[in-house]
Amino acid sequence: MEYFVIIVGSIFVSNIVLTQFLGICPFVGVSNRLTTSIGMGGAVLFVLTLATMVTWLIQYYLLVPFGLQFMQTIVFILVIAALVQMVEIILKKVSPALYEALGVFLPLITTNCAVLGVAILTVQKQFNLLEGAVFAMSNAIGFTLALVIFAGIREHLDTMEVPKGMRGVPIALVTAGILALAFMGFTGMVK
Amino acid sequence: MNQMQNFTKGFLKENPVFVLLLGMCPTLGTSTSAINGLGMGLATTFVLVMSNMVVSLVKDFIPDKVRIPSYIVIIASFVTIVELTMQAYLPSLFESLGLFIPLIVVNCIVLGRAEAFASKNGVWSSILDGLGMGLGFAFALTLLGASREILGSSSVFGFDFAKGDLMLVFILAPGAFIVLGYLIAIINKLNKA
Repeated sequence: MEYFVIIVGSIFVSNIVLTQFLGICPFVGVSNRLTTSIGMGGAVLFVLTLATMVTWLIQYYLLVPFGLQFMQTIVFILVIAALVQMVEIILKKVSPALYEALGVFLPLITTNCAVLGVAILTVQKQFNLLEGAVFAMSNAIGFTLALVIFAGIREHLDTMEVPKGMRGVPIALVTAGILALAFMGFTGMVK
Repeated sequence: MNQMQNFTKGFLKENPVFVLLLGMCPTLGTSTSAINGLGMGLATTFVLVMSNMVVSLVKDFIPDKVRIPSYIVIIASFVTIVELTMQAYLPSLFESLGLFIPLIVVNCIVLGRAEAFASKNGVWSSILDGLGMGLGFAFALTLLGASREILGSSSVFGFDFAKGDLMLVFILAPGAFIVLGYLIAIINKLNKA
């Protein structure tokens, strides 16, 4: 039941993109086409889950025992950057096909604030390792969901006649606002 | 480009938020009121100026291959300083900005300026560039925060000008996207004119 609350809560109720404002850059940047946004979602799912688990282990087996919690920000971002690099190298060797699909998105993920954000949130919410992994995974699914819906809308938007001044980013942001409004309908579903 | 332009370009012509579209997450997440926007903007400005300064000082000693990780460490150190200082002296602001303080590390503006400007220019122009970009960011956040505050809770910087709330949706998540969309459209128009 707890896991169910975590899953529904982070996919719908407090969607990472539309209510927490994490990972907006890829949300606006790569959401032009449906296929690229699915690729990006896959890469985020992979890295986010892995990064959250690794940073969780570091937090509780390295930082807390030595009283180094103030180093959290520095350590986490370095771990994430190194992890992304490592995933890229391993993926290239082990599964070239998957690397082809996710490759271009991997370097972008280091600066995706969703990864660092979820890692810090997991520690703040005092989840255990399994809860943290579920939390990370459902946040990544929420991210992908928002990205895919948004890409679908934007593909349609291309063929619409938009007032001149609003073309491009402004109309995309207003659309995202309306999408966020729709997601507010889930408020109060859990807790 | 002279020194004055290094400083002023961040406000309108190359405003990081409205024109370059960098740092969207903190922009949308922390601009629920003018005060929060200003606080976040100034915190980012501090990190931007200090990291630009340090990066341009050490740029000759860092091997090219490891420059990005080194920049990240420099930035993260200053973010930690801001985080701890704010927690000690401005606990209420720290509380309302929450997660977005540590997330200054992954703000694309900071790393972007370190890589694109500070690693190629002298100390003095890097400081000015950081200051200009940072204040431009703060300006954008304050403008967005003030607009949302006026529309949402009919107050500016915490001073009420009418009773009660107007349109609460502008304080909530959807309002951030919508107000920013319209502000970008207006700034685009101004920049073209």
